[in-house]
Amino acid sequence: MPEKTYLQAISDGLRQEMRRDQRVFVLGEDVGVYGGAFKVTLGFQEEFGPWRVIDMPLSETAIVAGATGCALMGLRPVAEMQFADFVSCAWDHLVTVAAKQRYRAGTPIPIVLRLPSGGGFSGGPFHSQNPESTFAHIPGLKIVCPATPEDAKGLLVSAIEDPNPVLFFEHKHLYRRIKGEVPDERYATPLGKARVHRPGDDVTVVTWGAMVYTAQSAAEKLEADGVSVEVLDLRTLIPWDREAVLASARRTSKVLVLHEDTKTGGFGAEIAATIAEEAFEHLDGPVRRIAAPDAPVPFSPPLEKAYIPQVDDVVAGLRALAAY
Amino acid sequence: MAVREAEPVGSLQEVKDAGLDREDLLGIYRNMLITRGVEERGHILYKQGKIPGSFYTGRGNEASAVGVATAMGADDVGCPLQRDMGVHITRGVEPWRIFAQYMGRVDGPTHGRDGNVHLGDANLGLHAMVSHLPAMLPVAVGMGLAFRIREERRVAVAWCGEGASARGDAHEGMNLAGVRRLPVVFVIDNNQWAYSTPTYLEYAVEHLADRAAAYGFDGVVVDGTDVLAVYREARRAIEKAREGGGPTLIESLTLRMEGHAVHDDAFYVPREMFEEWARRDPIERYRTWLRDNASMSDDEEDEITAGVKRLLHESIERAEASPLPDPATLLDGVFAEQDELETPHHK
Ligand SMILES: Cc1ncc(C[n+]2csc(CCOP(=O)(O)OP(=O)(O)O)c2C)c(N)n1
Repeated sequence: MPEKTYLQAISDGLRQEMRRDQRVFVLGEDVGVYGGAFKVTLGFQEEFGPWRVIDMPLSETAIVAGATGCALMGLRPVAEMQFADFVSCAWDHLVTVAAKQRYRAGTPIPIVLRLPSGGGFSGGPFHSQNPESTFAHIPGLKIVCPATPEDAKGLLVSAIEDPNPVLFFEHKHLYRRIKGEVPDERYATPLGKARVHRPGDDVTVVTWGAMVYTAQSAAEKLEADGVSVEVLDLRTLIPWDREAVLASARRTSKVLVLHEDTKTGGFGAEIAATIAEEAFEHLDGPVRRIAAPDAPVPFSPPLEKAYIPQVDDVVAGLRALAAY
Repeated sequence: MAVREAEPVGSLQEVKDAGLDREDLLGIYRNMLITRGVEERGHILYKQGKIPGSFYTGRGNEASAVGVATAMGADDVGCPLQRDMGVHITRGVEPWRIFAQYMGRVDGPTHGRDGNVHLGDANLGLHAMVSHLPAMLPVAVGMGLAFRIREERRVAVAWCGEGASARGDAHEGMNLAGVRRLPVVFVIDNNQWAYSTPTYLEYAVEHLADRAAAYGFDGVVVDGTDVLAVYREARRAIEKAREGGGPTLIESLTLRMEGHAVHDDAFYVPREMFEEWARRDPIERYRTWLRDNASMSDDEEDEITAGVKRLLHESIERAEASPLPDPATLLDGVFAEQDELETPHHK
């Protein structure tokens, strides 16, 4: 199997779906000649033309609401936000129209929003956010957060096939740093199924996105202490794989939830509460959360480093939990 | 209502009539040089790895930014955007603090919390931009609303790129300003490319200033490489707003002479376009005007150039001496304290 970067995997998945299905098209700012801010759609306009790779004005509402309109007319839009942060500009249409349309009017909205998210490069408070939990609270939206190149392609295919609005959070820090084997043929990775990134017996880390790699490094360090850590990659937040999380919690009896988004009201709270409700009697310690503190993402490197959960933070959390 | 196309500024007398003396004229030149110098030095510092994140420059926009800011009164306020370094310089933000901001140091106006040109100094009447363009435009309209409510003779200036003017925020802000005839001046820096997107994919009117008619106020197109013409139009618009005459939309036409940010080589911009606009470089153009019309001498010019060079050098040294923020301060300032409302700009 060929090795691909996370970015190439997304690009390949998208191209494959556009070749396969005439209804699939992309729209967004600078997606055409420029190939998108991160070059995911580089060369697409040459292949598919300007009406399937549509350069949009700087108008997030028109992008999201426009995609919704196209979806209602039978197309399968894949809209790119230049940065995930800017989806807030289109919040109203996403939350008010797209998310509720199926429930109230019976008309499905099969759109995908590609959202380059995450920090780690001094992008400052408007180019680094992980706003997934904000949307997890809105019934009707699905949320995907791939960590590996293989998943990025397979989950994108599922997202495009899905008859609902899907928010596809691509972690920018993984784009060119993470490589992995990606099958050339078409495959769809189902939404709502977690993946054991690293098996272990003593403690479970539940995480997703770029934090999967932070958890993995921490787990490797704990191996030296003789503690066996399981890293469970959730892959999708809505729907999320309760069974896999509960099964792992029951088996290891200790759980740490790790995410890059801020702590209060973050998705980790939902996971911790579910474990407390459903698996309390199996626990040998409190469910711990490691997340960003409740502040906007700061720009200056020492502040940003203090903000984003680091391997050492996770190691300390795991040691405390293991010793509990 | 037809949009007006502004004439170029001709003679020294015409400029004097518009309220500028010779010292002001040299000051404008100096501010334009500092503006470009801060960005050129910043770019080098970025390449040296001393500035984290990304880096945006406004080469080509200097006349537009400096011209409008020169026309503002001391009590007027503004919300500049990413190509408007000249506004900060003209309003008196010290270059060393701008470098400190770029470098993420504690002495930058945002103390390391935000980066690059996302800065402002509320005490100088400038409010920091946010990335979500043009989110501060309707905020500036709100400032104008406050002046109207309190019956103050102050004006708010809102800057916006031609690309950003497509968003609903711009429309809502301009509409409100029109309905209530608020003392707001809108400056659209039309530098012809929104990232890689050319104007014909951004808007379908001939001039963006045409939109003013739809909001019920005046629009004017000005050559954004002619600092004095920009100044004259901005001053007219600001004084009109101050006298209760309502908003004006100024479209200032120029070219973004570099890529969107340092990572972008602007391959999509035809080279002839760069060549053509390089001949209209706002600083070069104004230098020639000063020599021809205001008899700027070699000595005067050398003195200004040397002074700017010195200033930039000292500013970088001072910024580099500023510490990086202490991680322990990460959560400071997420919420404001009660007594902060007693600051001058809130009164
Ligand atoms: C709401 C929003 N969408 C997308 C972006 C990303 N972005 C930053 S600048 C830019 C182009 C802006 O063009 P324009 O307003 O013409 O200003 P210019 O950069 O040309 O000065 C884009 C798309 C953004 N900052 N905000």
